[in-house]
Amino acid sequence: MTEAIKNGPTWVGTSLPRKEEDRLLRGRGKFVDDIKLREMTYLRFVRSPYAHARVLSVDTSAAEALPGVVCTITGKEVAAQTQPFIEMAPGQGQKIRDFPLAVEKVRYQGEPVAAVIAESASLADDAAELVQVEYEPLEPVVDSEEALLNKSILHEEAGTNQVWTGIWEFGEVEKAFQEAAYVVKIDRMHFHRFSSTPLETNVVIGQWEPKEDRIQYWCNNSFPSFAIQFIAAHLMVHIDRIRAQTSDIGGSFGIKITSYPQMAVCALASKKAGGRPVKWVETRSEHMTASAHGNERTFRDTRVALDKNGEITAIASRHIDDCGAYPRYEPLGCVIYSQVFCGTYRFKNARIEFTQTVSNKCPVGPNRGYSRMQHLWFLERIVDICAHEIGIAPDEMRLRNYIRPEEFPYTTPNGCVYDSGNYPKMLEVAKDLIGWDAWQKKRAEARREGRMFGIGIGTTLDSGTNNFGQSQIVDPNAPFSGNSQGANCKLDIYGEVVVAVGSCPQGQGHETVAAQVVADVLNISPDMITVRTGFDTERNVHTGMSGTYASQFVVSGLSAVHGAAQKLKAEMKRLAAFVLKTSEDDLEFGTGGMGPEVKAKSTGKSINYWGLANIVNVNSAVLSPELQDVTLNCRYIWRANFKVPDKEKKYGNLTLTYSSQLHIAVIEVDRDTFVPKILDYVAVEDCGVAINPRIVEGQVYGATAHAIGAALMENCVYDAVGNMLTSTFSDYTPITSMNIPNIKYGHISTPSPFTYSGAKGMGEGGAGPIHTISATLQDALFGQGIFINESFNNANSIFRSLKYREGGQLAQSVTLEKRV
Amino acid sequence: MPHAALEEKKWKGPISMPETEIVEKVAINIKVNGKAYPRQVEPRLLLVEFLRETCDLTGTHVGCDTTYCGACTVLMNGLAIKSCTVFAVQADGSEITTVEGLEKDGKLDPIQRAFGDSYGLQCGYCTPGLLLSTHQLLAHNPEPSEKEIRKAIGGNTCRCTGYMNVFKAIRQAGLNMKGV
Repeated sequence: MTEAIKNGPTWVGTSLPRKEEDRLLRGRGKFVDDIKLREMTYLRFVRSPYAHARVLSVDTSAAEALPGVVCTITGKEVAAQTQPFIEMAPGQGQKIRDFPLAVEKVRYQGEPVAAVIAESASLADDAAELVQVEYEPLEPVVDSEEALLNKSILHEEAGTNQVWTGIWEFGEVEKAFQEAAYVVKIDRMHFHRFSSTPLETNVVIGQWEPKEDRIQYWCNNSFPSFAIQFIAAHLMVHIDRIRAQTSDIGGSFGIKITSYPQMAVCALASKKAGGRPVKWVETRSEHMTASAHGNERTFRDTRVALDKNGEITAIASRHIDDCGAYPRYEPLGCVIYSQVFCGTYRFKNARIEFTQTVSNKCPVGPNRGYSRMQHLWFLERIVDICAHEIGIAPDEMRLRNYIRPEEFPYTTPNGCVYDSGNYPKMLEVAKDLIGWDAWQKKRAEARREGRMFGIGIGTTLDSGTNNFGQSQIVDPNAPFSGNSQGANCKLDIYGEVVVAVGSCPQGQGHETVAAQVVADVLNISPDMITVRTGFDTERNVHTGMSGTYASQFVVSGLSAVHGAAQKLKAEMKRLAAFVLKTSEDDLEFGTGGMGPEVKAKSTGKSINYWGLANIVNVNSAVLSPELQDVTLNCRYIWRANFKVPDKEKKYGNLTLTYSSQLHIAVIEVDRDTFVPKILDYVAVEDCGVAINPRIVEGQVYGATAHAIGAALMENCVYDAVGNMLTSTFSDYTPITSMNIPNIKYGHISTPSPFTYSGAKGMGEGGAGPIHTISATLQDALFGQGIFINESFNNANSIFRSLKYREGGQLAQSVTLEKRV
Repeated sequence: MPHAALEEKKWKGPISMPETEIVEKVAINIKVNGKAYPRQVEPRLLLVEFLRETCDLTGTHVGCDTTYCGACTVLMNGLAIKSCTVFAVQADGSEITTVEGLEKDGKLDPIQRAFGDSYGLQCGYCTPGLLLSTHQLLAHNPEPSEKEIRKAIGGNTCRCTGYMNVFKAIRQAGLNMKGV
């Protein structure tokens, strides 16, 4: 690759070409499925065709008789030698028993019931077909509101389908409604299920050597430190006996956080197979039906109070979140939504009753924009619907309600502190980029011709670096708070600068940006720095919160890298001052004829990194006694300065940084086919200081494409009895080059006062396009009397709404009560 | 809720095969990146499995199993095909180019360079397939229009980049190939 060139005063802020590129472009990346081990066996799951059924019997004898089959494993065997997975829900939710293979019941289509381990992948496929499972179908529950009626209960031991419920109430809600000039009521809105579907599916190689009693994983889990906490408790082994490694990962977007049940099965299968490694490669259909989906949410009985200027004064609503068959990472989503409790808006009074239920569908997992995008969509729908009802333009409505730029850092009604932002400025930039006035004119012309033509705005937030203390709001006894990440920075024996960090990137360019940070600290080229990413418990740079999730690497990861590099630099200074017989103030870091070096400004004498590393590693007799603690191998744990939130009041700072996004779309709905066509699209990002602007831009495009797909094409559809109808890509239709509009990109920068670099976590993107496309279709269809109350809209649904509207059967209601 | 699946009270799993037939292996010889791979394979072995498991060329990936995503795209006798949808026996006697065959003397080819320079990849999982689809496009048309670019990679799903930088990369690759 070409030599790195700085395009400013620092490497941070430079669009450095990515260090990851070379191996990936040559087809020499190392993804888990590329790994072959001696005596490796292959695992195939036997899965339930039913959404809800009792498992009467599992007969594996025919499979075991097939030549080449090593062993089989059933739910009963798993239950006999393990503890159920930890449940994070308090109360009745604690009683849910979640095993990685179904024991007495199956609770979603595709739930694994048994596993077959064979000498080859195709033999495992063959053998899985021979496993006989007898089921007794039970009444499936696929609708969350129906689930809460408890007519058919998924987890009898819990006695209810409700996982969690709680009320967030701040300010004087009823007083605000009494004093309101307008009250808008929206009876129902619904945010659909979808998944970011990384192109590489879940893959695990697990090995449990009985003699050593040690479990090794090569996997693509994106939060391995969390996964091993679940697995260790489940398998009842010491956590230090589990080694988990990741290498290149083909996308995760959060979805790969929840592969720990399959990881557990691979370990158990390996143990049964005498310690042979067991590889499981998930098929796409398995991924679609049985890995994880994003949370589905229904918003009921929403009331909005507004003053005479259209400023929202209060919101009240009931939210029902559907987490699928097993809570797993949930009910964390029940509190994570409240990181963005008021979105980008200033209202102070709100009451949200939040309830989560299980249903006979695939369990959910953190999916890009996890739990916040649902809530942000809800708020954006409110803003557009209210603007329309009281006759204010949607841009003006937003300007009246946005948190003002001078109010940052802004404390939200529930105690979150938004670090920085300038939403009106983003609106201005976005309007300029899209040509707002010209499109307004075109819209007026189109409407005169009776065309369905809309322009819409979506404002959203990408909250990064969680305070895990928020888990105590859902469970007061949860032993989690704060946030941390580890990194190590060293001079290796020959003086190479080597950085290790406890993240497991999936395309975010961590190797590159970490090198940029260290290059600035040591004043050398990033080319001279090797970055080891990919998780490895034995690298000893992880904490229990290490992984790659929740838009936090730039804050937690790079702060850890920066801390480790500073520590190394301090040691190098002490050592160089001793060798060069000068004071630390006299030293200068840079690159000389013998590579990277430290120089005494007064004498011009220098020592290169090889020299420094030599003394510490292989020439230590020359060290003075006061330098005996110098290792040039510096581990640093970064910790966020968080407090445990007030659990009773549900009040406290839940996230460290708040990137913001503002999108505008122009859409025309074809009058004959009802296909919504995006005519223009702009995405403006504010993530504070961009460490590598081109990487940031790429993340914005990616997040935008995901959410355009989710808004118009990607929907996890279940029929009335819980059959998943979108179990292949051909049914689910991830967005392609043929559907993506050209995205115009803009950015502003309001540096975070809470991070050392001014950067704010980014990447998830807050699902801006879902809000924006709903708003734009709304603008196109208000004239037809349609309210967009679903997050997923395509030609079919638009056609249906229009036809139902014509026939007077449209079951949606928005009412406006005017008191002025 | 009356439903066929529920009315049928008990259902005994999928129909079992009485005994799996032992299928004889077939001798094939496929040239991959200029090197011959004479091998004995099961007739059901997919070309992508042949490349990954038999030839140990793991640059070609599998993303969807159903011919949608194109992560498995390779060139077969110069034409871009999805190797998850071709049996290895069907490729007998053919010449295959995979991503590993693109570099020349250790140097990236103009398409690979353009993808790197344009940030045309993130996780890199779909990239091998995209490189080969691009190869086919530019071999005949070094200055493709936006529409032609979109169509040429319509069968290559990328979940990371949102395609914007991929479009840029393909335009740049065309320029690179012309030596501009």
